[in-house]
Amino acid sequence: MNLTEDGLPETPKQEVFVSRDGFASLFAVLKSRGFQIVGPTIDQDAIVYDQIETVDDLPKGWTDVQQPGLYRLNQRNDDKLFGYNVGPHSWKKYLFPPSVALSQSRKTEDGWEFQEAPDDPPKLAFLGVRACELAAIRIQDRVFVGGDYVDSTYQKRRQRVLIIAVNCTQAAETCFCTSMDTGPRCTVGFDLALTELDEGFLIEASTSEGKAIVEQLVTHEATRQQQQSAELARQHAVDQIKKRMDTTEIRDLLMSNLEHARWDEVASRCLSCTNCTMVCPTCFCSSVDEVSDLAGENVERRRQWDSCFNLEFSYMNGGIVRDSTRSRYRQWMTHKLATWIDQFGTSGCVGCGRCISWCPVGIDLTEEVAAIRKDVS
Amino acid sequence: MTSKASNMTTESRRQSSLWVPQTVVIRKITPEVENVSTYHLAFTDKDAAARYRFKPGQFNMLYLPGVGESAISISGDTQSHATLDHTIRSAGNVTRGLTQLKPGDTLGLRGPFGSSWPMEQCVGRDVLLVTGGIGLPPLRPVIYQLLNGREDYGNLHLLYGARSPGGLLHRNEFDDWQSRGLTIQKTVDRSSLGWRGNVGVVTLLLERLHSFDPSNTVLFCCGPEVMMRFVARTAFDRGMTAEQIWVSTERNMQCAVGLCGHCQLGPQFICKDGPVFRYDQIAPLLTVEGL
Repeated sequence: MNLTEDGLPETPKQEVFVSRDGFASLFAVLKSRGFQIVGPTIDQDAIVYDQIETVDDLPKGWTDVQQPGLYRLNQRNDDKLFGYNVGPHSWKKYLFPPSVALSQSRKTEDGWEFQEAPDDPPKLAFLGVRACELAAIRIQDRVFVGGDYVDSTYQKRRQRVLIIAVNCTQAAETCFCTSMDTGPRCTVGFDLALTELDEGFLIEASTSEGKAIVEQLVTHEATRQQQQSAELARQHAVDQIKKRMDTTEIRDLLMSNLEHARWDEVASRCLSCTNCTMVCPTCFCSSVDEVSDLAGENVERRRQWDSCFNLEFSYMNGGIVRDSTRSRYRQWMTHKLATWIDQFGTSGCVGCGRCISWCPVGIDLTEEVAAIRKDVS
Repeated sequence: MTSKASNMTTESRRQSSLWVPQTVVIRKITPEVENVSTYHLAFTDKDAAARYRFKPGQFNMLYLPGVGESAISISGDTQSHATLDHTIRSAGNVTRGLTQLKPGDTLGLRGPFGSSWPMEQCVGRDVLLVTGGIGLPPLRPVIYQLLNGREDYGNLHLLYGARSPGGLLHRNEFDDWQSRGLTIQKTVDRSSLGWRGNVGVVTLLLERLHSFDPSNTVLFCCGPEVMMRFVARTAFDRGMTAEQIWVSTERNMQCAVGLCGHCQLGPQFICKDGPVFRYDQIAPLLTVEGL
């Protein structure tokens, strides 16, 4: 339950081994400790995050194949539970819900009364959080609780989350966490971190809650060979990452090229569909809708995810500020990679590659950055 | 509804207050010019009234349940605690909805939000307030503060433009302001019968202005972006630098606390980093179309 990147391991890293059968009992342990478990499961030919009850809900023996504009599930030739990378969902849907009530209004004889919307989120255990996703959560922590104003809906959910991370042992073609310095190794921000081996898992506990959970599992001291296998598997993910993004001086590169011809070029392909912002684990833009009863006397304000690709997003005084796809794509990419650094002291990109896979026309932001950099250097 | 509220801890109240408005009642509505009225609002909760302080240039989110919220600058005196004044042009859903209300009706208010005009910069200097139309109300708290401490400042000038003579706001206060030491020059885009004043853009007034020391002057400008750019250009011609100019910018402000993303202009969240910026900090962003 580390709220910030300050959640460093309390003791030196120590991994224990748990067999596949032992791992299955993790579900009961988590439930006994009051957690609802959310994790990877297959829905509509994709690995998504949803409520899961047993180990059988995990995508056993499946992997994902990803390229620009392409996502497919393939069967593996083994029974790995976490033998994939990332799908269209991210954990932000649990911490920053796509739709959440903020406030309520009630009309009384004395006029309008306002109060906070009731909000009692469950304790969730996130199972299967990748290193890039840990980084994304740290970034959203900065956005929602790290500034002058604290978003209580996010904070309340965040404080109740247990994070069980999984080290990647393979990479998708769209992965570039090594360029963003966010992975693939899980280093901070989790309660437990798993590395999947053929015969089971190595588990590292980094919080007292995590240690208490491990104590309830049947574990063995990790053998030297198991530790070596885990290290090899984690290195395999590093070696598979081929995509790169050069982030050298990227803020100044992009902000001094706001009129670059490449924005027109990418706008000729971009559909302004908002997919990249919906799948992005850090995008946080939202709008508020009024939800009223028929009499108009009980009104709820609901916050919904919004996107800078929506035309009305920049509506002001009867006009649209960003009235072209060029200006909207530029806003998204410069915010993600450049001005985010001014605002929050970190890039808004974690290198998960979702925006590349889920772009219907396969726009790859690493190529867009490279195209601008090529002309400048 | 009230039982839950009374159970809230101080901590959660601080956080919930981000999204939960205070109830305010309309004490009075003063029609100003066509489509513009000043709404004099008062908190129904005594504690909320006692806590509330604002600085010149800050804004509130006014909320009509079922309609929505709108960011409105506070146009009254920071020292007057009887009512909170908002001078509002009926333009969008919320401000049109406000025109349907009458004294005694209630609405929601969150605020104050945003940066303020740097009043400390005015001390010992000449002050130029350059604005147009509905841009005057956000500067009115500045005028009150300057005139209430008149001896602390040098020459004070208001250069004010409107489309037509009938569009000049707060005209009934001009005599009082002038008698207390504010020089007012007005201009209109289109003259009408009986108008003997200037016709043309407000920058003309700045071009011709005398009795100020450009090296020891601060300029506050509130208006459309194109006006701010031309005012700044004219100020440069008169020997001022970007570090002496402050402007109030506008974007689609929704959450008012930098969390919804709508009002971004480059690295700035206009709602919490602005709306008031020193010109050199915002000028490069104002010239990029569609940013």
